[in-house]
Amino acid sequence: MAQAAVHNGFWKTNQKALAPWLFLAPGMIMFLIYVIFPIVESIYISFFNWDGLAPAHISQLTSKEYVGLGNYRDLLGDDSFYTSLWNNLKWLVLYMLAVPIGLFVALFLNQKVPGIRLYKSLFFFPFVISQVVVGLLFSWFYAPGFGPLYAIIKSITGSETAILASDSMATYGIIAAGLWPQTAYCMILYLTGLNNINPEQVEAARMDGARGFTLLWNIILPQLRPATFIAIVVTVIGSLRSFDLVSIMTGGGPYGSTRVLSYFMFEQALSEYGTAMGYGAAIAFVLFAIMMVFISFFVWRMLGQERNS
Amino acid sequence: MKYMKTLAGLALGLALSASTAMAGEIVLNSDQTDPAPKKAMEELIAGFEKANPDVKVKWNNIDHEGYKAAIRNFLTADAPDVAAWYAGNRMAPFVKAGLFEDVSDVWKDNGLDDSLKSAAASMTIDGKKWGVPYTYYQWGIYYNKDVYKKAGVSEPKNWAEFVANCEKFKAAGVDCLTTGTKALWPGAGIFDYIDMRTNGYEFHMDLTAGKVKWTDPKVKAAFAEWAKITPYISANAAAIDWQDAAALLSQGKAANYVMGNFAVDTFKKGGMTNDNLGFMLFPEITAGIPRAEEAPTDTFHIPSGAKNKADAKKFLAYLASADAQTAMNKTLGQLPVNNKASVGDDPFIQAGFKELSSAYALAQFFDRDAPADMAKAGMEGFQEFMAKPDHIDAILERLQKVADKVYK
Repeated sequence: MAQAAVHNGFWKTNQKALAPWLFLAPGMIMFLIYVIFPIVESIYISFFNWDGLAPAHISQLTSKEYVGLGNYRDLLGDDSFYTSLWNNLKWLVLYMLAVPIGLFVALFLNQKVPGIRLYKSLFFFPFVISQVVVGLLFSWFYAPGFGPLYAIIKSITGSETAILASDSMATYGIIAAGLWPQTAYCMILYLTGLNNINPEQVEAARMDGARGFTLLWNIILPQLRPATFIAIVVTVIGSLRSFDLVSIMTGGGPYGSTRVLSYFMFEQALSEYGTAMGYGAAIAFVLFAIMMVFISFFVWRMLGQERNS
Repeated sequence: MKYMKTLAGLALGLALSASTAMAGEIVLNSDQTDPAPKKAMEELIAGFEKANPDVKVKWNNIDHEGYKAAIRNFLTADAPDVAAWYAGNRMAPFVKAGLFEDVSDVWKDNGLDDSLKSAAASMTIDGKKWGVPYTYYQWGIYYNKDVYKKAGVSEPKNWAEFVANCEKFKAAGVDCLTTGTKALWPGAGIFDYIDMRTNGYEFHMDLTAGKVKWTDPKVKAAFAEWAKITPYISANAAAIDWQDAAALLSQGKAANYVMGNFAVDTFKKGGMTNDNLGFMLFPEITAGIPRAEEAPTDTFHIPSGAKNKADAKKFLAYLASADAQTAMNKTLGQLPVNNKASVGDDPFIQAGFKELSSAYALAQFFDRDAPADMAKAGMEGFQEFMAKPDHIDAILERLQKVADKVYK
């Protein structure tokens, strides 16, 4: 009996240290196979001149197709790349409007009025429907001839502007379409956050004479910080990933002026006229690098918050 | 142990039912989602099944524009037995990648080198045949005779008259020329014709093959001719599809439309009749240049990953037959490739037949004559040019930059 207590097995002695790793293992393996490995493969492809059709598998790519950093050099000389970068910047900045608009809609809907649940669902509806449907609806909304917005603009200013045909306005038209579902998402985040606000703090502030904007800025918003953080993260990532709307509403047009990096990558690698898989992979890597900047910042912030709390 | 027999039986049954294509069934992927082509396909499949009662056809009809991106996927993963595509340079990437099956035996066994002679060259790469063509159609200018009458204008005999007519159409409040370039390719038809009429067929073929630069003064001259009519083209052409532009022609809001004969069905559904829908050949620009025309050819192929190649070859043989091509093209309103097939007596088909059989040479259309990357950049350039003709130098330089990369 005394001997059994002295010779503990490997498992028993290291259980406390091993257990977390074992719990994480399935998730980590999945992550390795489905996320890390494809990223590495993609970077590998970006060093080759491959049309995606032949050779049939990347393991068969030979030195014949190897171009090293050639794809990246071509990218730097490509006007479409700079157009895409500039459009992605527009998306990033303007998409952030979803956060304050979502906040105000949430504040507005945070009332105990009978039937408010119905309105909340209706406001949330745009996020539930497919982005393809949103894109289609908005392109009909803007359409010259039969679109309501076209008719409104014509009756007010007399000019016939087809928003999606104008290279200066099309991107803004698409971003407006994208804001509709994104605002709904931010709204729900804030509604949840508002439900978790400490009512005693609000009462105390009210008794001190805080009203309206002061109340909002000093008492409510700080308590919504987690919701704001998530809303910003999702909005930033959503803006960089925008593909569905660009694809449905303008197909990157007119003449490539609404192109964004994610659509440019698809055009070059996978679309009807795209026979440059390597070039598309290079674009994908650039997009990945941009996103990593934001993701690293967010993770660092989250880690910091969790350590402090 | 008691259940071993049941288990074995179940396993065997599962294995049998999981076997892929049943002998006697072929999977057909195609993109005929417009009404007339869809009907023609249904009739073709019915005819084939009647002639070959032991073979059934499982037809996957994919949206026409979406098909062009989907084909890259399904040729490599889960290939059908028969796939629709196009001839010439458009099928070259798949042939070079080994994704299409060599069907020279179908051609030999059915004497197709003889009956499909006019399209044989565009189906041949490296001396082998890679598919079977079944239809081709003319391109030209479709016009609304009522609009012409209202503006007091007669059919132009040459380019100068066409441009002069545009002024009169503008005064009457209609677009001289309409097009819908949201999907990019309709604008290429206009460019092809203007280039072939200004500089000739050989120059145009050299341009699409990369032997001539986009910055060549002759190319600029072609665009200069185009610039004469850009003020009279439908505004917002870049935002509408070709079907929306067809509606403009049918409703009398536009006078002319450079299109292929497949559009006649759409014009008629929009209310036009043989009385007010006119067709004319693209007018001469540079005097004396022999008249070349656009005549894209549609085809069917067998993917190299097909599971039932034997029955697929039966399908191609049926498709190549004179009877099948006569019937199919009658519904499509297009021309059969088989020279023993009879041409429909619809006035537009007859006009097309006359136009193409007397043409100097036939082009396949810009996005089939030029390699894919060049075609995409070119068509975007045409779209931009129609909206901003003053960007011409920047556009030509950009196109040449792409050409340098594509043709090296």
